Amino acid sequence: MTPKIEFRGLSHRFELGAGDFAALDDVDLSIAEGEFVTVVGPSGCGKSTLMNAAAGLLTPTGGEVLVDGAAVHGPSPQRGVIFQQYALFPWMSVRKNVEFGLKIAGVGQAERRAKAQHFIDLVGLTDFADALPRTLSGGMKQRCAIARAYAVDPTVLLMDEPFGALDALTRVQLQDRLLDTWSRDRRTVMFITHDVDEAVYLANRVIVMAARPGRVHQVIDVGLPYPRSEEIRLSPEFAELRRQVWHAVYHQPTTLEGSP
Amino acid sequence: MSRSAKRPAKGSALLLTAGSGVLGLLVWTLLANSGIQGFPGPLSVVERFGTLVGDGTLPLDLLASLRRVLIGFVLGVVLAVPVGFLMGWYPAIRGLIEPWLQFFRMVPPLAIIPLAIVLLGIGETPKIFVIFLASFLSSVVSTFQGVVSVDNTLINAARVLGAKDRTVFTGVVIPASTPFILVGMRIGLGASWATVVAAELIAAQEGLGYRMQQAQLYYDLSTIFVQLIVIGLVGLLMDRALLLAERRLTGWQERR
Ligand SMILES: Nc1ncnc2c1ncn2[C@@H]1O[C@H](COP(=O)(O)OP(=O)(O)OP(=O)(O)O)[C@@H](O)[C@H]1O
Ligand SMILES: [Mg+2]
Repeated sequence: MTPKIEFRGLSHRFELGAGDFAALDDVDLSIAEGEFVTVVGPSGCGKSTLMNAAAGLLTPTGGEVLVDGAAVHGPSPQRGVIFQQYALFPWMSVRKNVEFGLKIAGVGQAERRAKAQHFIDLVGLTDFADALPRTLSGGMKQRCAIARAYAVDPTVLLMDEPFGALDALTRVQLQDRLLDTWSRDRRTVMFITHDVDEAVYLANRVIVMAARPGRVHQVIDVGLPYPRSEEIRLSPEFAELRRQVWHAVYHQPTTLEGSP
Repeated sequence: MSRSAKRPAKGSALLLTAGSGVLGLLVWTLLANSGIQGFPGPLSVVERFGTLVGDGTLPLDLLASLRRVLIGFVLGVVLAVPVGFLMGWYPAIRGLIEPWLQFFRMVPPLAIIPLAIVLLGIGETPKIFVIFLASFLSSVVSTFQGVVSVDNTLINAARVLGAKDRTVFTGVVIPASTPFILVGMRIGLGASWATVVAAELIAAQEGLGYRMQQAQLYYDLSTIFVQLIVIGLVGLLMDRALLLAERRLTGWQERR
């Protein structure tokens, strides 16, 4: 079966003033349909670059990304993206934000409104549908961004540290909501995080990246069953996986500082 | 929340404004009584104001000045906004236009007046042209700044939702740069107002500046005072009106 997302020999060099910088070097990675994959790694190892290539927001200098077997050229509403900085349109209400993609897709007004309402309800923002983003908390903003992404019904969700700026409690609540939705729709998810707990809690598989140059360092299968819960979080199996991931992230083969 | 917190502050601010007005009048009266030759007190200025309104001079002058400002200002903004957008969107256009903008920004619009009079005669055209230039320069720079400072993440967010260039432009770039444009318009209007009065000092047959220049010839300080106060108040009113529009249109911004 063709993988949902496939990175083939993906490399990317950023041009800098003095020479260039290898952000990614020959990344091979396959993500199956319906899989929930998390990506962790030290800051600057190329996680966002990898995701932007999959989103079509960045053209890699080498290799390619395939989605459903077809090479990615530019963004598509098939691949929803959630940004760490929420990226809500600040001049639009929650409802207008959620309707944005539907409007572009040419969905008629009545249907658009009904669909948007459905996703606003789903993320629990019913009472804030007509509020402007600046009046929302960080967690509510991210829920709005998630509703906006869901609304155009993407088959893939690409999430770049979506909960990174939130407090611990809000983060756990949003993790559970996300898993809840995922277990029903089984969209393929690629989720980038700094947080080792979050990486293990959410994923089928954790991809650990290494830096300089950015590459896949280790892939760790998470055998824990879904639905995941508080109990799983406290289980010895979870602790062991977390230890493994932690080790892979923080005890990487060192490369010379400053070498490309 | 912010409303109830602002109310008492607003009250005391009003009190302070009133107090500062009273204080200003006091200082003025003292100065008038200190024996400077021909220096009018508030009362004689109010009296002169009445006369100038009564014989229709002031309304006509005000109208003449306002007309020049509005025509020049509107023309300037109407040209500045598309040019600013083009500069922000196409680096090549920016490269071609920016050196000239930077240069002309350093030349005070008033310094153009002699040239404008020589080239365009002494009618309305040179005055309107100079005002046009003042408003164009400040609006074009801020529009352009608005476009280049649009958050890239917002553009990406629109693109991943399926937006093509046109939708990105109309749906994201334009609204996101509105606050910058409005600030530029406010600065432009201020500059236009300052410029019109000065332009009328140099060459005009009517207008607030012209009236002042005439009054100067006859050592008529009361009339000069009336004009100055009207110039200040009208400028303030126009600025407030644009500020209000700005608040209305860009209330969605995070800060404030
Ligand atoms: N536009 C750019 N120009 C030059 N270098 C860049 C650019 N964007 C990223 N880089 C570099 O590429 C490397 C990878 O960046 P990337 O943003 O993908 O890292 P990341 O793993 O997402 O980091 P973080 O966890 O901090 O978000 C970094 O070292 C960064 O300095
Ligand atoms: Mg990143």
